[in-house]
Amino acid sequence: MNALLSLRNVWVEYGDKVVLEKVNLEVAEGAFLSIIGPSGAGKSSLLRLILGQEAPTRGQVLLDGQPLRPECGPDRGVVFQRYSVFPHMTVLGNVTFGLECPAAPLAARLFGGARRKAEAEATQMLEAVGLGDSLHLYPAQMSGGMQQRLAIAQALIKRPRILLLDEPFGALDPGIRADMHGLITRLWRDYSLTVVMVTHDIKEAFTLGTRVLALDKRRHDPHAPHRYGATAVYDLPLRGPPVPAPEPETQPTPVAATN
Amino acid sequence: MRLINRHFSKRDRLIAGGAPIVLLLVIYLIMAAARHAANPSDKILPLPGGMFTAMAGLLTTPDPLSGHLVFWADTLASLQRLGLGLGIATLFALVLGLLIGALPPVRATPIALLPILFIALGLGETSKVVLIAIGVAPVMIRDIAAHVGSLPREQIIKAETLGANSWQIIARVALPQAMPRLLQAIRLALGPAWVFLISAEAVASDIGLGYRIFLVRRYLSMDVIIPYVAWIALLAIVMDVALNALSRRAFPWAHGDAR
Repeated sequence: MNALLSLRNVWVEYGDKVVLEKVNLEVAEGAFLSIIGPSGAGKSSLLRLILGQEAPTRGQVLLDGQPLRPECGPDRGVVFQRYSVFPHMTVLGNVTFGLECPAAPLAARLFGGARRKAEAEATQMLEAVGLGDSLHLYPAQMSGGMQQRLAIAQALIKRPRILLLDEPFGALDPGIRADMHGLITRLWRDYSLTVVMVTHDIKEAFTLGTRVLALDKRRHDPHAPHRYGATAVYDLPLRGPPVPAPEPETQPTPVAATN
Repeated sequence: MRLINRHFSKRDRLIAGGAPIVLLLVIYLIMAAARHAANPSDKILPLPGGMFTAMAGLLTTPDPLSGHLVFWADTLASLQRLGLGLGIATLFALVLGLLIGALPPVRATPIALLPILFIALGLGETSKVVLIAIGVAPVMIRDIAAHVGSLPREQIIKAETLGANSWQIIARVALPQAMPRLLQAIRLALGPAWVFLISAEAVASDIGLGYRIFLVRRYLSMDVIIPYVAWIALLAIVMDVALNALSRRAFPWAHGDAR
C-alpha cells in the first residue's frame, strides 16, 4: 500500500516553544489511525497540520505525494468535538451546503433541479448515518450524538481523501458513544475511508484504530519545559480491521511518562 | 428561593410591569386635578380633557399655512428620518460588520473612519438623517463585527473543508448568523436614534415630532407635549416589539424555538 499521507521530519514551533519535533509518519490508504497522548502533547497541533489549518515550521506534509497547501480544502474532511455544524441551517441544509459550494461559486446556493438532485444525495448520506427522519430539524433541536452524526455526514458528502476526527465522541455519554463507534466503523468500511482520529480515550483508540500512535515528549528539561517538543513515542500497528465488540483490555497501554 | 430562580407567570409579569405605570398615571391625575382646583387655566399639568381638545385640533384640522394635518405630518416626517437614518446605519453595520468580522485584512484597516467621510459628503436633504446614522452606526458596526468575529473557528474551518470560498463563507455562514444579531442591534439603537432625531429636529427643522415639542414648549403647551411624548414612546415600543417578532419568525434557530 502506498502512503496516502506523509509527514517528513515535521516540526511545529510557536515562538521558542517547541510543540512537535521530528515527526515522521506515513499513513496508508484505508488506515484508521488513532492518536493518543497526554494533554499538551501536540495531538491537536498534528491534526491541524494535516487539516492544513497550520503550516509546519520545518519539514513537509504530503498528501498523495503532493506538498499540502497551508489551507483547508475539500480533500480533507473534519469532525470536531463541538461547533462542527452550522446552527442556522437545517440538517438537510448542513449537508447540502457541501454540494452547493463547488457547484455555485457565486450564488452560493443551488436552485431548481440541481438543488433537488443535491438534496437527494444529501438525504441518502443522512440516511446512512441514521438521520433520515430528522432532515428538517435545526442542530439546536438535536442531541449531541445526533449533531455528531450530522457532522460526519456533512464531511463524508465531500468524499474526502482523509477524514480527521478531533475527539469526536468526547462529549457524548457512554451508550451513545458505543453507537457512534459502531457507526464510524461501518462508514469506514462502507466508504473505504482513511481516518485519523485524535482521542483522549485509550480504549476507544484501540477499539477503532488499525494503528495507534502515542505522542509524548522524549526529553524533558525541567528548567525550560517548552524547549522540547513531542513526537511519536509509540507506533503500534494493530492487525486487521477492528472488531466492533470491545476486547482491547489486553493491549499494552502506552502510558506517557512525563507530563 | 433565590431571586435569580424566581420566575413570574405571564399575568404576574403584566401586573408587575403595569402597576408602576398605572400608579404614575393616578399620581399625575391627582396632582393635575389639585392644580386645576386652584387655578382652572393651569398649563403645567393639563387634564386629559385638555390634552384631548388640543390634540383633536392637530389630528383633524389642517394647518391653515401648510394644509397639513400637523400631527400626522410630524409623525410621517420623523418616521421617515428615523427610518432613513437607521436604515443607512443598518446597511453600514451589515456590510462593514461582516467584512471586518470575517476578513482579517479588512480588520486591519481603520474602516471606522468611514463615517467621517460620510459627514464630509453630506447627504442632501437631511443633516438629521446623517446625525442619526452617524450616531448609531459605529456601535452597530462594532457589534456585528464582534459577533461575526466570534463565530467558532471550527465552523469556518468546517466550511473550508466543504470547499467554500471566502465569499461563500460570508454569504452562507457569516451573513445568516449576523442577521438576528443585526435585528437586536437595531432594537438597541432605536433608543439613541430617537434621541438624535428629537435633538436634530429641535435644532434645525420645520416639521417633525421633535420640532413640534420644542415649538409648543414656548407656549407651555403641556397639553400637546405630553401626548406627543406618549406617542413617541408608543412608536418606539411598537418598533421594538415588531423587530423582536420579526427576528423570532425569520430566525427561529437563533431563539431556540421549535419551528
